[in-house]
Amino acid sequence: MPVIIKRILFFVTLILIWEAVFLLDFWPDSMIPSPLSVANTIYAGFADMTLVYDILASFRHLLVGLTISLVIGTLLGVLLAKVKTADETLGTMILALQSVPSIVWVPLAIIWFGFSEASIIFVVIIGGTFVMTMNMRIGIKNVAPIYLKAARTMGSTGMDLFMKVIVPASIPHAVTGVRLAWAFSWRALMAGEMLSTGPGLGYTLSYASDFNNMSLVIGIIIIIGVIGSIVDQLIFQRVENKILKRWGMEEAA
Amino acid sequence: MYLNINNVSKSFQRRGEQPLRALENINLSIKEGEFVSLLGPSGCGKSTLLSMIAGLAKPSSGNVKLASQEITEPGPDKSMVFQEPALFPWMSVKENVTFPLRKNMNKRDREGAAWEYLKMVHLSQFADNYPHELSGGMQQRVAIARALAMNSKLLLMDEPFGALDEQTRLVLQEEVEKIWLNTEKTIVFVTHSIREAIKLSDRIMIMSARPGAIISDFKVNLSRPRQQKDMALLEEEVMAMLKTEIDNVMKEELQYAGNH
Ligand SMILES: Nc1ncnc2c1ncn2[C@@H]1O[C@H](COP(=O)(O)OP(=O)(O)OP(=O)(O)O)[C@@H](O)[C@H]1O
Ligand SMILES: [Mg+2]
Repeated sequence: MPVIIKRILFFVTLILIWEAVFLLDFWPDSMIPSPLSVANTIYAGFADMTLVYDILASFRHLLVGLTISLVIGTLLGVLLAKVKTADETLGTMILALQSVPSIVWVPLAIIWFGFSEASIIFVVIIGGTFVMTMNMRIGIKNVAPIYLKAARTMGSTGMDLFMKVIVPASIPHAVTGVRLAWAFSWRALMAGEMLSTGPGLGYTLSYASDFNNMSLVIGIIIIIGVIGSIVDQLIFQRVENKILKRWGMEEAA
Repeated sequence: MYLNINNVSKSFQRRGEQPLRALENINLSIKEGEFVSLLGPSGCGKSTLLSMIAGLAKPSSGNVKLASQEITEPGPDKSMVFQEPALFPWMSVKENVTFPLRKNMNKRDREGAAWEYLKMVHLSQFADNYPHELSGGMQQRVAIARALAMNSKLLLMDEPFGALDEQTRLVLQEEVEKIWLNTEKTIVFVTHSIREAIKLSDRIMIMSARPGAIISDFKVNLSRPRQQKDMALLEEEVMAMLKTEIDNVMKEELQYAGNH
């Protein structure tokens, strides 16, 4: 059976079970809305463009924040890989910061930047930076010694060696870093937006919860999950597989 | 002498064991334009010696001099074919071959040179492919083309034809011999094939294992191109010498395993 059929069957079954639970009427509709009402809410949101604006706003926050975090992460990663003292001091701190969940930064951001877009973007940046840093660092530290040896016998040294050999050799790790940074930023984005004044998917989610609009809550959770998996599978996993294959790190499937 | 290896020893530190003496007191002088092969059991230090000549590793004691200058750094004056292909996977075959030529050739000349040498190793059709699309032997041929295209005066080759079938091997031996005859290159060549060493070399250094040392400096005085029938006698002689060495390595291993 093709995968796509299996998936469709799985989700149809899931929705049927959901509908059955709804029809049992064990819980009030405000806790378990019907699949149809969730679908209607999503549809209405797209029809009156509110959800479209939310999605666009979220993407704007993400794009700005993620871009900045990738730039900072790359630079920090290069620094840690190249300067031993930086690695031994700043490196340990970044490792510790990486383990702090991004929602922790929200209160701090609000105090510093108020309920503004800057707050959200700050949280997104923090969310993506450290994981990018660590991956870039490993990528540069783990360049196969044979590439360096070969390059040096061919007269490549210094900046040329770095730009032409070390950086391209570390691309597989960098791509993994970008993928993880995106995933971490996407989660951080929702945390940041939930405590903002909108627009944004996270904002609308917490707004819907405040007004007990369960259909909208579930609808937005579904949208967040769908966007997340589409970006991850359609963009990042494809790019990553292609690169790993080209870099000879994985057998051609 | 052009290349002088003076009293070179090399040992490697090992965790929880005595340092490994890979090479001990190697003395070897090579004239400009000479073709010298290193022949010896696996692990006797041939690659180690080659990488010290390339400037990629430093001797623990002694020194290596090229045209009276001590070798301290690798560089394009000493091109190297590594035991493994060592191609850059993110570059196409053509880009790999032109990589060392960027600084002193314009684009057209570079591509011309790449084309010429890729043709020589029968891979011109694959110029735009990436290394992962090539077999191991094909990758090794690209690495050979890359080193030859650099046209350095000293060429170091570590089992360059090890991964090739007999026929391709013969063709490439002839090509390398031709290039060597037509240029003033000095070649230091590592091989496991006695026949290959006799076919190509002016001198064959036979090495013993652990610690690696040169036990025989064997001159080959046959006229070129060398014929199989003339080589047969020498082959047996060299074989006998090597056999003792390889037996010694095996005995040592058995002894070590027995004691542990
Ligand atoms: N970087 C290293 N660290 C530790 N030991 C090493 C290192 N490089 C080589 N050795 C040791 O030095 C010895 C010689 O190795 P080398 O690679 O020079 O052998 P070789 O003659 O080229 O063998 P082969 O014919 O199998 O390629 C071996 O015993 C090996 O274990
Ligand atoms: Mg070797």
